Parts: sequence; structure tokens; C-alpha cells
Amino acid sequence: MSESDKKIDIDYVAQLARLELSDNDKEKLSGQLNDILVYFEKLNSVDVDGIEPMAHAHKVDNVWREGDELGPVFPKEVLKAMAPESRDDQVVVPKVVE
Amino acid sequence: MKYEVVIGLEIHVQIKTKTKMFTAAPYHYGAEPNTLTDAVVLGLPGTLPVLNYEAIERCAKLGLMLGCEIAEVCKWDRKNYFYPDSPKNYQLTQNEQPLCIGGSVEIELPGAARNIQGEHRWVQLNRIHLEEDPGKLSHTAFDTLVDFNRAGVPLAEIVTEPDLYSSEEAVAFLNALRNLIVYTGISDCDMEKGQMRCDANVSLRLKGSEVLGTRTEMKNLNSISNVKASIEYEIKRQAKILDANESVIQETRRWDASKNTSFSLRSKEEAHDYRYFPDPDLMPVSMDRNRVDTMKKALSERPFDRQRRYQEKYSLPYTITSVLCADRELSDFFELALNYYDAPKAIANYIVNDLLRELSAHSEVGDSALSISDTKMKAESIAELVEVVESGLISKQIAKEVFTEMFVSGESPKVIIEKKDLSQNNDDSAIEALCLDAIANNPKAVAQYKEGNAKAINALKGPIMKATKGKANPATLDALLQKLIQASE
Amino acid sequence: MTDLFYSDISTLNKGLDSKSFSAVELMQSVIDRTDAVEAKINAFVDRDIEDALKQARASDERRARGENLGAFDGIPVGIKDILAVKDQSLRCASKVLEGYRSPYDATCITKLRNAGAVIWGRLNMDEFAMGSSTENSAYGVTANPWNLECIPGGSSGGSAAAVSAGEAIVSLGTDTGGSIRQPAALCGVVGMKPTYGLISRYGLVAFASSLDQVGPLSRSVKDSALLLEAITGHDPLDSTSLNQAKVDYSSALDATAKKKTLGVPKEFFQEGIDPEIKEAIEKAIDWYRSEGYAIEEISLPHSELCVPVYYIIATAEASSNLARFDGVRYSHRSKDAENILELFSKSRGEGFGEEVKRRIILGTYVLSSGYYDAYYLRAQKVRSLIRQDFEQAFTKVDAIITPTTPTPAFKRGEKSDDPLAMYLNDIYTISVNLAGLPALSLPVGMTQNNLPIGMQVIGKAFGEADILSIAHDFEINHGYKDMRPQI
Repeated sequence: MSESDKKIDIDYVAQLARLELSDNDKEKLSGQLNDILVYFEKLNSVDVDGIEPMAHAHKVDNVWREGDELGPVFPKEVLKAMAPESRDDQVVVPKVVE
Repeated sequence: MKYEVVIGLEIHVQIKTKTKMFTAAPYHYGAEPNTLTDAVVLGLPGTLPVLNYEAIERCAKLGLMLGCEIAEVCKWDRKNYFYPDSPKNYQLTQNEQPLCIGGSVEIELPGAARNIQGEHRWVQLNRIHLEEDPGKLSHTAFDTLVDFNRAGVPLAEIVTEPDLYSSEEAVAFLNALRNLIVYTGISDCDMEKGQMRCDANVSLRLKGSEVLGTRTEMKNLNSISNVKASIEYEIKRQAKILDANESVIQETRRWDASKNTSFSLRSKEEAHDYRYFPDPDLMPVSMDRNRVDTMKKALSERPFDRQRRYQEKYSLPYTITSVLCADRELSDFFELALNYYDAPKAIANYIVNDLLRELSAHSEVGDSALSISDTKMKAESIAELVEVVESGLISKQIAKEVFTEMFVSGESPKVIIEKKDLSQNNDDSAIEALCLDAIANNPKAVAQYKEGNAKAINALKGPIMKATKGKANPATLDALLQKLIQASE
Repeated sequence: MTDLFYSDISTLNKGLDSKSFSAVELMQSVIDRTDAVEAKINAFVDRDIEDALKQARASDERRARGENLGAFDGIPVGIKDILAVKDQSLRCASKVLEGYRSPYDATCITKLRNAGAVIWGRLNMDEFAMGSSTENSAYGVTANPWNLECIPGGSSGGSAAAVSAGEAIVSLGTDTGGSIRQPAALCGVVGMKPTYGLISRYGLVAFASSLDQVGPLSRSVKDSALLLEAITGHDPLDSTSLNQAKVDYSSALDATAKKKTLGVPKEFFQEGIDPEIKEAIEKAIDWYRSEGYAIEEISLPHSELCVPVYYIIATAEASSNLARFDGVRYSHRSKDAENILELFSKSRGEGFGEEVKRRIILGTYVLSSGYYDAYYLRAQKVRSLIRQDFEQAFTKVDAIITPTTPTPAFKRGEKSDDPLAMYLNDIYTISVNLAGLPALSLPVGMTQNNLPIGMQVIGKAFGEADILSIAHDFEINHGYKDMRPQI
């Protein structure tokens, strides 16, 4: 990867992460993150051909719930009490334009 | 048109389980908002998903019905995007290693006429994977409301290859798929209830070209007629662009059924960077091979296979089998009735004509048609009805009356006949007297009959049937009248 | 007799059983101690004193009825503000969860309740467990009881400081890259990260799901063993929780550990390590040798890659885990949002602190289109190599001895503007999380400036009993367990 490829497009990434950053934050973060990415280059020093990626600490499979048996539900008041805004037992958000 | 359309479909089907995909909270359609939630459904801090094995097994069963290969190992990925109906702002899905691979669906293209069977073809599938449904948004004039009841319902996403070549084929595919899924009992596929949803990828290419054109993805197709209309609209739109030597933009479009038009969802474009990665909270699934083999052996008959069997074994016509096999309950009922009395044609006729008529007549306005299980109708009653008609106990005419009564009361035909005294009047001397009366009162008709007009005899039958309340055996009556007319003068 | 708040669990049990004092008196002693030192330490972000006393009363009533639930009945256990406790605040030291109360108990909390423990307070931490100093808390920094100008370590800084300062008998922390062991080392207490999967993560607010684990902090090895026993066990609500036979860790402590073979990885004693720490660990190793333990030099060749692998995997998982704090259902909602996009980005921008934002951005970036293979996938592969290093080493040794931290506690503010320097603070602890292994830190010395030094003992998967007994052997032959900071 060339130097320019490594530069984080902070506006794009912040948009993807739905995270509003001040211009100050962006500048500071860009510098710090680019340093960190340079440090990450260490990973290129090792040959990983044929190495299995490790997504879990242990190799276990087929962990599931059997029987499809009903569990408890929350009374609707639980959500109502925690939601920043609600109406008619539903959570209110600004109008979503699809 | 100089272009050929190529269509691929992505169909989301809600799997009918009692509990959700990753937690034991229940789901059923039509509940009060936010009454089917728990900590996992709401994505509360600290919660973790646990797979519902029932959803996996049902999806595997669907895959086997569609001829898919069941993966040795399937895994779970996170699809990251922000949306207010998504409690975790990532969807648990299977991106890299889905449960079902490949497969195909048999479809029937429209025939030359309604009563003529169309050509059959197999449409190739790419995969079927499992994922979780998001919640439901409803929009008011000034804001949006979120109900999380639906969040976490298991969804099977069926992805076809770009292997459909007209809007009619897309419709045929959806009908065949829906019928097949309903047959398996995996989902009711009621599109109005959101149990089945469809996205369509549409592209055009010059006829004869092997290369796929740029496609657009049509979203929000919540009825089969919407699928058809939106594809037809998109074909025209793209053809116009290509005719003007411009290029189609790859984009997501939303179908607006009320305006019969689609519009671009540019806002969704940047969100396509879904940052998929393996979910660290869920372990891979490797279906037990013996279990898969057992499931394979226990698969139910596919609807088209059943239809072919009826046509070959029972010589039933397409017009009957296409109705009978479009509904598993009807055809199961048919087979059950056959166990009691082996008269396939007559039984099929009663089911397709009388039973369906009664079912729709007794349905509430606006509701979907009644199903047999909602009624008191029994398969052995239909069999018995056919038997009593064939044995001459009652006429076909009377049988209709018995059928109506049987549908309402659930009583057997023999009980009804007995109770209402409907058995055919075979008292020859009484009928002979009526016949002689009729001959004497209708000299004109008698004369016409004698001159060779065979139908003229019907004018004599009417008053006799009326006098016997329809209980005279028509065959006996016919023979008797002929004999008496010959004998007169 | 020592103060109740500085007593160990066995002593407290004897006192409670003999009615020398009640659970309420014990709780009150801890409350009074906390009131006395909290202005200087700030170990807690929230304390429900009424609720704690109510639980203590219930414990006394159980004892009166002869229904004692065991070693933990009536013992106050401090809880990190990342573990869900029903009806208590759960903020992960973040503004984004201001006002949020959990409607359910984490599984480890349920287990503690079933053992009769008094669930005590909400302990300070780095916001969402992201940090090594507890400076990244929206509710103030926590001080190191040994030197109030120094940081207590992190992210479980409140859990370590509270135990060290006598504000809890024992506490629960969480460890994603060293967040229990590093503060335990810097505050002079014992802290353990168990094998991944030994303790349920249900109710632990996820930072990096494939690395997070709940664990005990205490003033003695035995108390950690007891607390571990109380919270282990398979949980059907956590698919990564493993079904292991229950082990009686506290009884296994005295089992002779003398013949164990200890590995010393050469990579952990190279550049960057404080000479006083190096000396203290070497002295401890010498002691083990003199006691008949076999000491073997080993190599963990990929150690150098642990920090980049960890910060790629942990931030990637975190960027996704923290997406749920969006202002829709329960977390902070911006008052300035005019549309849904602003509701998300402003709420999150206002709610999260600087380090959390930095990691969300980094994690989003390494997963984004075009970079996944170069960063995330590669890091997952190197993670396999790191685990293989340990598997290789454990064919020769029973446990591995390393320093817990490269330096003792540093002054507040010293590294806050250099994230990379801060990240390197975890250099000895994160490989253990990447490999999913158990490890503990115990105090093995003091610097000339009177700051504690911690030694890390790493075990095989599910080798908790081994490392506890190795640590216990050192502890009972040295005096560090009974050292108390002057506050």
C-alpha cells in the first residue's frame, strides 16, 4: 500500500460510523490514526499464506436453543420508560424518508 | 423490442417459528406494538444472540425442497448499517457461508389459454441464507414510529440467479415458490402480512448478447402484481435510456404502487459499504448429515409432482389439477376422500366446484377465503356423497342440496338424506301415473318427440320432477316415459 | 482485629457465622470507609447505599433462619459499571448512557445473587472499557490509592482502586486486553482474566466480543479463587460460554505446585521494560527456582505483532458493538437533530468521548470496503499464529511468567495525548486475550517510589487452578498481600 492509500478519509469513515466530529477532532484524529496505521504495517512482516483466520477464541460449533419454546416478554412500559421519545407505545424518530 | 430482459429475484420469507431467530420472545402477526420484545430484541447493552435451532432446521428443509445443497458448515456475519428499525444497527445474516447452496424451482409459464397447461422450466437459485427481520416503521405526516415486534423474526432469503426473462416468468416463479413453501408449512407466505417480500434486479441486454447489462434493484415489492408492474415499468425505463445511447445507472429504486412508478433511492447508495465481518457471538453450524438425510427422506411431495401424478394416475384434466394442487389442503383432502371411496374424478369435481364455491360463499367480506379446517366438512362425507349418487340413492340434483347441508352441519350425507327424506322415489306405479298424466297434458311435446325431437321429452319431465320434489330417478324416469310414449296409440 | 473492610472472605465468614458482626455491620463498615476515602479515590460512578443495606439485611435474615447461601452470603462485591444489574444505572462511564437503568441482571450478577453476595455500587472505568488509565471516564478520573497523582490503570481502574482502598471486599472487572490485570498490577492487588468462555458474557456490555471476559479482583489469591468459583458455569444465554466441569479453585490452592514448570518468554524482557519491574520479576522467578519449580526459557515469536492485531480486531468489533448507541431506543438523543441522519450522528458525536470516537473510527475504517483483507482478515490470521505460539509453549511448560506491565503507574495526563504510547501499555497482557487463555496478576514488589509491581502468570486454557496455586504459593511466602496504601 502506498502512503496516500493509507490516509484515512475521515469524512467518509465518520459518515459510515454515524459519528459527528468537529473539524478540530477530524484533524487531530486523522494525524493520530495515520500514525497508528503506520504502526499496523508491522503485520506485513509475517507470511500468512494458508493460515486460517481466527474469529473465535475456541473452535466450538452447533450452539443453539432447541424446542422453540416461548420465553418471557417485556411489558411495553419497559421500552416506553427508556425511549427518549415515544407515542402510541412506539418509539418516535424524525421522519424517515425512504 | 430489440432488448432481452434479465431478472434476478431476492425473496425474503418469514419462517414460521413460535419464537424469534436469536431469542425466545414470541412472534405473531398483528400484536399490539412493542409487546413482543425482550432485552435481546431491543438490542439492550449486554445482550447476546442464541440461535433458534427450529429456524435452522426449517430453512434446511426449505433448501432440500428446492434441491439445494446443505452446507457442511455455515456461519454468521454482521451486516453493519444504521436504520431506526434495526435495534443493533447491524443485521445478523449469512454472507460468506450460507446454509443452502444452489437449488432450482420448477415454474409453469402461462399457457395459451387459461385451461391449457403452460410450458414448465427450472429456474436456478444461487443460495438461501438465514437472517433476522428488522422492526417495522410507520410514517406519519411529520415523524416516524418504530415497532420492534417484528425485529428478530427468522427470515430465509432466497436468491435466484439472473435466470428469469420476462415479468410473466417472475410472476410464475413467485407463484410456484409461494405454493411450494406453503406446501412445506415453513411459511404462510402472506405478502399482505409481510411474510413474503421481494426485491427484483432488472437489466436489459441486446437480444443474442451473452453479457449482462447494468442492473437496477427494485425494492418494496409487496405483492406479486407490484413485482410484475415494477419490472414492466423498469424494462420501459431502461429501454428508453439505452435507445438514447445513454447508460443505465446501477442503483436501488423504490416502487411506488400508488403512482405506478419507481424512483431512485440515492440516499441508500453510500450505505452499501456494509462492513461485513464474522459475528463473534455466534458459533458456526454444521448440520448433522444423518439428520439431513432423514429430512430428505421425509420431504413432502412438490406441488408440480403431485399435479403430474393426478394427471397420470387418475387421468384428471389440467383444469381440475391446476386448482386442486394449487392448495395443499385441498389436495390432501382429496387424497383422504379417495381412501374412503375410489372415485377420483367425481370426488375432485365436488372439491373443485362445490366445496370451493361453499368456502368462498361462507367467507367474510374482506377476509381471505375460509379453509377446510375452518369448517365441519369431512373427507369421508364427500366420498359418501359420491357413493350414494353412483348407487342411485339420490340424484345429482339432490346431491347439491345434500352438499350444502353437509357443509353447514357437518353431518354425513346418509344422515341428511334420511332426516330430510331425500332418497329417490322409485315407486314405479306412482311415477307411472304421473307420467301418464304428463303425456295426456302435453300432446304437442309428445308429437314433437315422436317426430324425432328427442329433447321434447324434457318438457314432460319438469312437472314430474316438481311433483316428486326431484326425487324421481332421472334414468328410470327417462326409460319409463319413452316406453309409455311408444305405447300410446 | 483488622478493619472489616480490609478483611478477607474467610475471616468475614467466620465473623458472620459466629455473630461477631452482622452483614449489615460489614456493609456499613465498607460504606463508611468509602465515604472516608472516595473524595480522594473516586472509584465509584454510582452507589445505591439503601439497596446495598437492604441486601445485607436480607443476608442477615437468611443466616438467622439458618439458610446461609455459602461463602459469599453478605459479602459486598463491587461491580464495574459495564455489568448489567437490574434497576441500577448502567453507563459504562459514558455520557451516551446517561440515565439508563438495566431492566435485567447479567448472568454473573445472577450467580452472585444466588450465592448471597451484596451487589455493591457501580465502579469507575475507562468509557466502554477503552483505555488503560481510567482517565477516559465521563464521570471523573480515579486515583491510584498508592499515589493519588497516579492513574490506577484501566479500564477496570475503579474495580482495582476500590479493592486496594478498602471500598469493597472484592470486585468484578472485565478484561479485553489487560483491563483487569493491568490495574490490579498498578494498584497492588490480585486480578484475573479467566479462559474465554469460562464466565458468561451475558450482561457484559460488549467492547470486543471475541476478547471480553469477566473476572475477579481481590486482595488475596484465595479471594479471587472464591469469586471465580461463584461466577463460573455454562450459560445458555451466551453461545460462547463453554460447558466445563465446575472446579473448586479455592480448595486446589494448597495442592503442591512445586513440581510445575514455568516458562519465561524472552520477548517480554527486552526493550521498553522498566528496570525495577524487570528486577522484581526476575527476583520472583529466582524464588520459584529456589522452591523447586523448573524454569524454562521459551519463545513467543509473534509477540511483537500482538498490539496491531489487538487494535484491529478490538476496534473493528467495537465499531459494530457500539452502533446500538444511536439515540433511538435508550441512549442519549441529541436535541439538535433535524433528521434521522443527524439523530444518529449528533447523538453519537455528543455522547461518546474522544477515545471511544477514535476507536470507532479506526474500527470502521479497518472493516470498510477495500481495507478488510489488508487489516481485519490479516489480523485474524496473525491471531491464529499468536495462539499457535502459546500452544507450542504449553507443550513444554505448565504456566508462563511475565511482567504484567512495562512500567509502574504513571502520572495522570502523562500519556493522554499519545494514543499509541497508551496502547503499548498493554503489550504484555493482550496476547492472552487474543489466545483466549487465563492469566492473573499478583503483586510481587514495590518500586522505590512505593508503587506496586505486578507479575503475570499465564495458564493453559482452563488452567485457572494451576495459575492460582502458583500465585498462591508466592503470595503466602511473601508479605505483599497485607500491604495497605496510606490514603
